[in-house]
Amino acid sequence: MNKRQKRGVPEGLWQRCPGCHNSIYRKEAEKRLNVCPECDFHFYVSAAERIVQVLDEGTFEEWDGDLSPADPLNFEDKRKYRDKLLDEQKRTGMNDAAITGTGMIRARRVAFGVTDSSFFMGSMGSVVGERLARLAERATDQDLPLIIVSGSGGGARMHEGILSLMQMAKVSAALARYDEAGGLYISVLTNPTMGGVAASFASLGDVVFAEPKALIGFAGPRTIKATIKIELPKGFQTSEFLLEHGYIDRIVSRDKLKSEIARTIDYCGK
Amino acid sequence: MEAPAPGFEFEQPIFELQLRIADLQKQEQTPELQDEVRKLRREEADLTKQIYGSLSPWETVKVSRHKDRPHTVDYLSLVFDDFVELHGDKFFGDDRAMRAGFAKLDQFKVLVVGHEKGRTYKEKSACYFGCAHPEGYRKAMAKMRMATKFKLPVICLIDTPGAYPGIGAEERGQAQVIAENMFEMSRLDTPILCVVIGEGGSGGALGIGVGDRVAMLEHSYYSVISPEGCAGILWKSHEYAERAATALKFTSSDLKRLGVVDDVIPEPLGGAHRDHHQTARRVKAHLIKSLRELLAIPNDERLAQRYEKFRRMGQFLDGNLAAQAGSTADESA
Repeated sequence: MNKRQKRGVPEGLWQRCPGCHNSIYRKEAEKRLNVCPECDFHFYVSAAERIVQVLDEGTFEEWDGDLSPADPLNFEDKRKYRDKLLDEQKRTGMNDAAITGTGMIRARRVAFGVTDSSFFMGSMGSVVGERLARLAERATDQDLPLIIVSGSGGGARMHEGILSLMQMAKVSAALARYDEAGGLYISVLTNPTMGGVAASFASLGDVVFAEPKALIGFAGPRTIKATIKIELPKGFQTSEFLLEHGYIDRIVSRDKLKSEIARTIDYCGK
Repeated sequence: MEAPAPGFEFEQPIFELQLRIADLQKQEQTPELQDEVRKLRREEADLTKQIYGSLSPWETVKVSRHKDRPHTVDYLSLVFDDFVELHGDKFFGDDRAMRAGFAKLDQFKVLVVGHEKGRTYKEKSACYFGCAHPEGYRKAMAKMRMATKFKLPVICLIDTPGAYPGIGAEERGQAQVIAENMFEMSRLDTPILCVVIGEGGSGGALGIGVGDRVAMLEHSYYSVISPEGCAGILWKSHEYAERAATALKFTSSDLKRLGVVDDVIPEPLGGAHRDHHQTARRVKAHLIKSLRELLAIPNDERLAQRYEKFRRMGQFLDGNLAAQAGSTADESA
């Protein structure tokens, strides 16, 4: 395997764009909310950064920030899950891959959740599932619009086994109740949104947005290639591919995300 | 009398006993010899019980994939009467990996939905070895909605390595349909019983896996990912599948302990593949008993219980308190 930088660790003045492979001056990209000035590729942004970008300044109030992962299976591959968790927590400063809470978007109060694709690939274990289920339940009780920004290359987290899989059902059930109560759920898909995350809350929005050129799908491209043994078509499983096949409502650039969310909330009378 | 055939590696001692018995039976039958055969038969039963009573997780996976293991179509003829298949998703096609239709369970009229893996090569390739496409999940949901309208309880038989990973499946919204099925099944106003009869492969299983009661056959497994897939990602080689199988804790007894399944249905001596009729009788008894219980609960309450059942799943720490959702952390410690 070639050496690859860990996601979410900014280093150096220049960075290589995964979209156009040009060397990009980091400051220039940051000014544009971490979007490539050459090709409009949307780079990774952390959950904390996303909150700054989408919510009105200083309005975010975290919910359930104390929840942290257990190791219900005593899982061990080459290393112990428990030890990997401690490393990830130290590296990212997060307890687990999701942050949830409430805040304002252009003065509209919302329930807001975001997963960070750098923490265990943004995979959903019990903590992510519980925080999102509680978020949907609070949004129901307080009659708030619900926004979830997903980024997950991992889907359901293997290290918590079947309990991770069950989070898909748990969050989907909580969203069904929210739906029944008339709530507006806007799902925002970012690069990458795969597996059990794509196959649960990320696909259940009343309105689904995706950032440009994000990888979105159920099975990973490598798994598909290994199964069907033919080359995958160009642009397969991108936001543009999903738009063409009818699975998302709009592709929204990062600089327009906030205003698009606000406008949708207004249209839905929330 | 059928000639003994070698089975799995771990069944070798049973096979050797069977060979000895077959040998003895070829000889001239004396009372002493018949006694010896009876003795060996008892030994064979004890040994089978012992081996099948302590299968490793990887051995369980092998049993759950046994070529003679009863499939959905076998249960349709052995558990139910008068199965009336309902085919299409009225949108794209008729996925043979997902069967659906009306059937009678004793005196109850029900709707059955189930994955089908196929037995012959031709059947297997027609249903992609039990890997359903989006049209399969759409078909299942369409029939379940109709069942709800006509107050028919739904029975889901789960047996899939996983939802199909392919270009068409992605183009037609594999992620979307699985998400929608869970979303809708959590609130369909009719009793739903799910039974994992073989492989419970990840999202492909869960796509028809949200119900009031979830049961597993003793030697089936139900997992977030196949042991081979997990080994490929975490150990970078499929050769570690056996270790991944142990690490994932996906056997029926693990899932009972973790609060994910309500009931484990014991299999006949030596696994379901050895006795379809006996297996079917046990599945039928379980379904009838559970359905009677569910029908006695008022609709609203049953739906609330279904929500709570899935809502409780998971284990995590709440601040400094070891608050465990699910029922079981202390037992597993």
